[in-house]
Amino acid sequence: MENKTKTPRVGLFVTCLVDLFRPTVGFAAVKLLEAAGCTVEVPASQTCCGQPAYNSGDRADTKDIARAVIKAFEEFDYVVAPSGSCAGMIKEHYGELFADEPEWAQRAAHLKHRTYELISFLVDVLGIEAVDAEYTGTITYHDSCSGLRELGVKQQPRTLLRSVGGLTLTELPGAEVCCGFGGTFCIKYPEISNKMVGEKTIDIARTGADTLLAGDMGCLLNMAGKLKREGSDIKVRHVAEILADMTRDVPPIGDTRGA
Amino acid sequence: MQSTSHAFKDNAHGALADERLQKALGKMKVGFQDKRTRAVARLPEFDTLRDQSRDIKNHVLEHLDLYLERFEANVIANGGKVHWCRTPGEARDAIVEICRSVDARIVTKGKSMIAEEIELNDHLEKNGLEPVETDLGEYIIQLRKEAPSHIIAPAVHLNKEDVAESFMKAHDKLDPNRSLEEPRALVNEAREMLRQKFLAADVGITGANFLIAETGSTVIVTNEGNGDLTQTLPKIHIVLASLEKIVPTLEDATTILRVLARSATGQEFSSYTTFSTGPRRPGDLDGPEQFHVVLLDNGRTAMLGTEFQEMLRCIRCGACMNHCPVYGAVGGHAYGWVYPGPMGSVLTPGLIGVQEAGHLPNASTFCGKCESVCPMRIPLPKMMRHWREREYEKKMSPQAFRNGLGIWAWFAKRPDMYRLGSRIAMGVLGMLGRRKGKFRSLPLAGGWTDWRDMPAPEGKTFHQLWAERQQGKASTGAATTASSSSDRKAA
Repeated sequence: MENKTKTPRVGLFVTCLVDLFRPTVGFAAVKLLEAAGCTVEVPASQTCCGQPAYNSGDRADTKDIARAVIKAFEEFDYVVAPSGSCAGMIKEHYGELFADEPEWAQRAAHLKHRTYELISFLVDVLGIEAVDAEYTGTITYHDSCSGLRELGVKQQPRTLLRSVGGLTLTELPGAEVCCGFGGTFCIKYPEISNKMVGEKTIDIARTGADTLLAGDMGCLLNMAGKLKREGSDIKVRHVAEILADMTRDVPPIGDTRGA
Repeated sequence: MQSTSHAFKDNAHGALADERLQKALGKMKVGFQDKRTRAVARLPEFDTLRDQSRDIKNHVLEHLDLYLERFEANVIANGGKVHWCRTPGEARDAIVEICRSVDARIVTKGKSMIAEEIELNDHLEKNGLEPVETDLGEYIIQLRKEAPSHIIAPAVHLNKEDVAESFMKAHDKLDPNRSLEEPRALVNEAREMLRQKFLAADVGITGANFLIAETGSTVIVTNEGNGDLTQTLPKIHIVLASLEKIVPTLEDATTILRVLARSATGQEFSSYTTFSTGPRRPGDLDGPEQFHVVLLDNGRTAMLGTEFQEMLRCIRCGACMNHCPVYGAVGGHAYGWVYPGPMGSVLTPGLIGVQEAGHLPNASTFCGKCESVCPMRIPLPKMMRHWREREYEKKMSPQAFRNGLGIWAWFAKRPDMYRLGSRIAMGVLGMLGRRKGKFRSLPLAGGWTDWRDMPAPEGKTFHQLWAERQQGKASTGAATTASSSSDRKAA
C-alpha cells in the first residue's frame, strides 16, 4: 500500500453501537491500531453510517448521513471501523447510493478504497500476524454476516486469536448462519429474530466454550441478550477486547463486574 | 391462490408454534445445504458457470421480444401452437378451451409453479375437469388441499407420518390395516394410484424450466419421471410457462442446467431432463397429437427496465430458501403466496403488489446468504431494499416506525445534538443497568426485551471518553499512555 514508509493516519469510525453501548471496543481498536504503528484520530462530526435509514428505504436521510461521513473521513489514509456491518455500508453501498450524483459517487469511491473493518485491516493491510494479549479460556467465534459476505472477514480474526496466550479456539457449528439481529429486523419481527438467536445459542452452548466472540456489536448485543435471558454464564465479548488485552477493563457484555 | 402475505406476522407466529412443521424444517435445512455444498465443491468451474448463466439471462432480458418471437415461429414450424397470455385469467381460459376441444375429463399435471400462480386446479375443477398432480409432493398436498411450501419440494413442510395419515384418508378403498411406515411404501402406493390416472388422462400439463428459441423446444427437469408420463401419454400436451424462461439456444440451456440441479438438490443433474419439440411426428413411437405452449406474462414485462429486472433471471432452483434462516424458521406457507423465501420476497410484491406483500421484503436480516448461493447471482437483498424504498416513498411502513426513524435521523444529522442526547440517555441507562449488567424490560423496547435481555451500556459514550482523554493529553502535555486503557475509568 501507499503508506508502507510513513505512519498511516487512520480515522476511526467508532460506530454508533460501540459509541453508545461499548466504548471499550473503540479504545481497544485505538490500542490495536496504535500498537500496529498507526496514528488514530476520531472525527467528532461522525454519528452513524446510515444503515438504519438505508435498510428502511429512506434514501434521502441516508444520503445526508453518508455525505457527512464522507466529508468527515476523506482526508485520512484509512477509515477503520470495529464492525463489518458499518465498514461494509461505507465500502459497498455508498457508491450505489450516489449512482446519480457523479461528484459524490467519486468521493464515495475514494472512501471505498480506504475503508476497512478493523481486524481485516490489521491482518490484510498492515500484515499483523500476532498480538500481545492473554486470555485464559475457550472461545468460540460467530462470523457476522456483513463482514463475512461483503468484506471476506473470516480467517483474519482466527489468525490473531491463535496468537493470544492461554486461549483455545473451538469452532462454532453454523458460525456463518445469521444470528437474527438484522438491525431493525429484530424489532420489526422479534418472534422470528428470537427463533434465530435461540438456535444460535443452542449451537454456542454445544461448543462447550466459556466465551463467545464476534466482530459486530449488533450481533453481540443480540446473542448476549439471549444467553443472559436463558441464564447462561457464557461470557460475550467483541473480538477486539481480547486482542487488545482489555478484558480486565470491563465486564463481558450483559454481565456485571466480577462475573 | 388467495394471498395471505399481508398477514405474514400472524402466519409466522403460527408457524413458530407448530411443532410438526418445526421438526420438518429442521430436517430440511441440513439436507439441502450439505448436498449443495458438496456438489459445488466437486465442480471447480461452478462460479464461472454462474457468471455465464447470469450473462445468458441478462442478454435474453435485453432482447426478450426477439427471442420470444423466434420461439413462437419455431413452435409453429414444429406443428405446435403458442398462446400469449397477459393475465392469469387469459391463461386459464386458453387451457380450458384446449381441454374442451377434445372433451377432456382427466388432466394430469407435472409440477408447475405457474399453475399455482394462476390457480389452475380450482379453475379446472370448476369447469368439470379432474386435475391430477403427478409429482409426489404435489400429489400429497393436492390430497391435503394445501399450497406448496417450497418451489421444488412442495411438501417439505410435512413429515412422513403426515403423509401416511393423508394416504389412509384419501385411498379409502385400500386395506386400512396396511403399513405405511416406510417411505418406500408411501411411494409405491402413490405410484399405484397415479398409474391409473396417467393412462386415463386426456390432457397433460407440464411447466417448463426452459424455452429454447432456436428450436422451439421446452425443457423440464424432474426426479420422478412423472413429467414424461404426463406429457407423452395423453392426446394433448400443454406447456404452461412464464415468458422469462426463454433462452436463445440449446447450448445456453445446457449451461444453466449445470448450475440448476447442483443449486437445487445437490445433484449433478436431475434424474430426468426432458426436451419437448412439437407434437408427435409421423413415425414417432409415442408423443401427444397436439402441442400447446401457454405463455404467461402476469406482470413480468412490467418489471423489465426497473430495479427489479434482474429478478427475471431466476431459474426457480430454491437455493435461496434452502439457505435462508428466516425461511428455515417459519417455512414457506408463512409467506402467504406462491413463492416463498428470498426470491418470493422480491417477486411476490412485483406480481401481486407491494401493498399486499409489503411484509415480505422487510422480513429479512439482509444476511446475504441467499445472494451468495444464487446460481444466477441475483442481488436479492438489494432488491428487497428497493421494495422497502417504494414502501417508504408511499408511506406504507407503520407510522410509529417512521416516527422513530425520523427522530433518529434528525439526531444522526446533527452531531452536537446527537452527542448531547446520547450522553444523557446512555448515562441514565448505564447507571440503571450497572447492578445487573442488563435489563429484563425497557420502555419502548418490548420487541427486544420480550425475548432477550438488553445488555446495559457501559455508561459514558466513546466520544465522551475520547474527549476526556484528549483533554487529559492536552493538559498534561504528554500522551505516552494514550494507547493504554488503564488510565481510563469506564463505567
